[in-house]
Amino acid sequence: MDWGSIFNNTAYWVFSPETIAYALAAVGLAVQFGYGGLLNFGMAGFMALGAYGYAISILSFGWPWWVGIIVGCIAAVGFAFILGIPTLRLRADYLAIVTIAAAEIVRLFLTTQLFDEWTNSADGLGGYHAGFRAANPFPPGTYGFGPWQWTENQLWVRVFGALLLAIAVYIVWAIMRSPWGRVLKGIREDEDAVRSLGKNVFAYKMQALIIGGVFGALGGVVFALPSAVVPATYTTSITFFIWTILLLGGAATVFGPVLGAVIFWVIMGFLGNVLPALANSGILPLSSAQSGTLRFILVGVALMLIVIFRPQGILGNKRELTFVK
Amino acid sequence: MGSTTTLAGRSLRWLIIAIGALLAATLLVLQTPGTARADAPDEPGGDQEQTAFYFAGVITYKDEPLPDIKVSVERAGFSADTLTGEDGRWRLYVPEKDAYTFEVDESTLPEGVIVEDNPREVEFGLTGSVIINSFLAPGERTQTSFLDQVLDRLMNGLNFGLLLALAAIGVSLIFGTTGLTNFAHAEMITFGAIVALVFGVWLAWPMWIVIPVVILLGGVLGWVLDAGLWKPLRRKGLGLVQLMIVSIGLSLAGRYLFQFFIGGSTYQLPGAGGARDIHIGPISLSLLDVISMGISIVLLGAVAYWLLRTRIGKATRAISDNPGLAAASGINVDRVIRIVWVLSAALAAIAGVLWAYFRPGIKWDMGTQVLLLVFAAVTLGGLGTAFGALIGSIIVGILVEISTLWIPPDMKYVGALAVLIIILLVRPQGILGRKERLG
Repeated sequence: MDWGSIFNNTAYWVFSPETIAYALAAVGLAVQFGYGGLLNFGMAGFMALGAYGYAISILSFGWPWWVGIIVGCIAAVGFAFILGIPTLRLRADYLAIVTIAAAEIVRLFLTTQLFDEWTNSADGLGGYHAGFRAANPFPPGTYGFGPWQWTENQLWVRVFGALLLAIAVYIVWAIMRSPWGRVLKGIREDEDAVRSLGKNVFAYKMQALIIGGVFGALGGVVFALPSAVVPATYTTSITFFIWTILLLGGAATVFGPVLGAVIFWVIMGFLGNVLPALANSGILPLSSAQSGTLRFILVGVALMLIVIFRPQGILGNKRELTFVK
Repeated sequence: MGSTTTLAGRSLRWLIIAIGALLAATLLVLQTPGTARADAPDEPGGDQEQTAFYFAGVITYKDEPLPDIKVSVERAGFSADTLTGEDGRWRLYVPEKDAYTFEVDESTLPEGVIVEDNPREVEFGLTGSVIINSFLAPGERTQTSFLDQVLDRLMNGLNFGLLLALAAIGVSLIFGTTGLTNFAHAEMITFGAIVALVFGVWLAWPMWIVIPVVILLGGVLGWVLDAGLWKPLRRKGLGLVQLMIVSIGLSLAGRYLFQFFIGGSTYQLPGAGGARDIHIGPISLSLLDVISMGISIVLLGAVAYWLLRTRIGKATRAISDNPGLAAASGINVDRVIRIVWVLSAALAAIAGVLWAYFRPGIKWDMGTQVLLLVFAAVTLGGLGTAFGALIGSIIVGILVEISTLWIPPDMKYVGALAVLIIILLVRPQGILGRKERLG
């Protein structure tokens, strides 16, 4: 048992691109579910559109990297419209089923051989980093200290991701204390009451779905920035992980999703290192594949326990009823 | 004599050269364009770069090895081919464990010999090698007319739809009586298949005993879930959205628990993938397809009888209609919900076995693959209506199979999921649903 390397590997997850990406998507989900009460189970689809919008713009069309990010966001807006128009007038659970189905459709479209020319089907896309790295303001070298040491490119991904996350968190904080945010929270609590005040409930819900979707797409972009995009990443599991993160931190809170993402990934990173180590040293009677799976079982159990015993999450306020009806 | 013989000799030589060229041209035409024919390697795989992972096998026809048959594996970004040796053996090295498409080049086979299921998907298990033996039999590729293909797919779709219905009715009954959209239904489906794997393969019990065991243990799972989880949560007064997310947590925990125990590989039940040798007009079915449809129809008939004719069934429909009124008129709602959970889980378990035969194969996430189709079926038929679920399932099943006539097979679920979204635009309450169900 090498506790030093386990500690180092765990510390990596405090400020990793994955953590930032999941936090961004969770902030988006907070707008949709936490404040708007919309059961969006298609976050994987929004993230996939962001990541592929970015990658395809660069690889197939040769556009600059920042245009790729905008394209990803536009794709997410379009996806939100397609999802929202049929379902936002219906009961909440319809939206849940439709969003999860739509996210699967997106994944199947990205996996199929049919669009191989653009998506490279199941193998995914890579090698789109040049533009983003050329925009790196940090001179070459190694930055950071202790377990947090990065090359200039790794630092740039993190700084850029953290910047996006900070902007997203600021936007959420700002709009949720505006009249718009109060109406949205009102819709979550009692749709009919808000409608009786003459507000266009459908339009508010659609705007929330779009804003959350754009944050999700940005999460997908950050997820894609350092590595590659592979369609198998964007299964329903990633959506459920983001739900776990959101509910862990607190659904109707500004910083909850960020805190949730850090806690989630640190625990996952810790278990991902400790369980195989325990298995290899014979303390746990498991194969190394099994010890890798064990932590995902724990995520499922944790999600159940959070929802049952602390539905408002770590930072949440019990009076902010996030679970309508 | 000299000159004439020389002339004759010269023309003979030209003739031989011409015939030779013609033969060579014919040979070239017969082969796949662009690739010159290499000789078979002395050792299987001796003509390739050796890696840790390989496919290997032997090709025989009527118990005789077939030499010089071209086989190939391919995936995006990699392809390799080789010829079988004198003993019919071949070996293909690949760079890494992945899913590959394996194909036997039928033009190199003797006349009148075909390979079933060619090309096909092959995947690595726990070891670094995959053995694909082909014992060929005489047969012929027949061109089927479009109408015949439609009929064949229709039958296949009906089979698929009936097994979907077994799961969908459970989802619908649970939704109707408790309001819960049960995402963990996927794991109840996989559970049935894994029970069949444990008893039918690992313990090697005969299938006619395994099927009742699956139904029994499925029912036990339903009882345990309701008694241990859902009833206490109902008592606690959790909202429907909370319950739905609990079911998602359960689904996540369940699917990884299955992966924990059976790993990531695919297992086959005994008799899976048998020959489709029952022919009714243009439709060809395997014996298992017929048995599968028979089981589905019998069980669905029993459920219909139960819902329409028995007291508990009527009580179930009463609760779906109006739980408060049902409770007030003396129906023991908790008891009925318990029965619904047991029934739904048993039906889901048997649907899992049939799905394992239909796919074919048992994998830890097999239930998740079909869950959205079940949801699509339930929504299409009308959330909370049992017979709507049946109709919706059959439509979805047929749609998925028929759509493969036009769209590539890896897109076949897209059609069904798109229908789900379209039906919500046009008739959100579903085919049999009532309008006031919607909020």
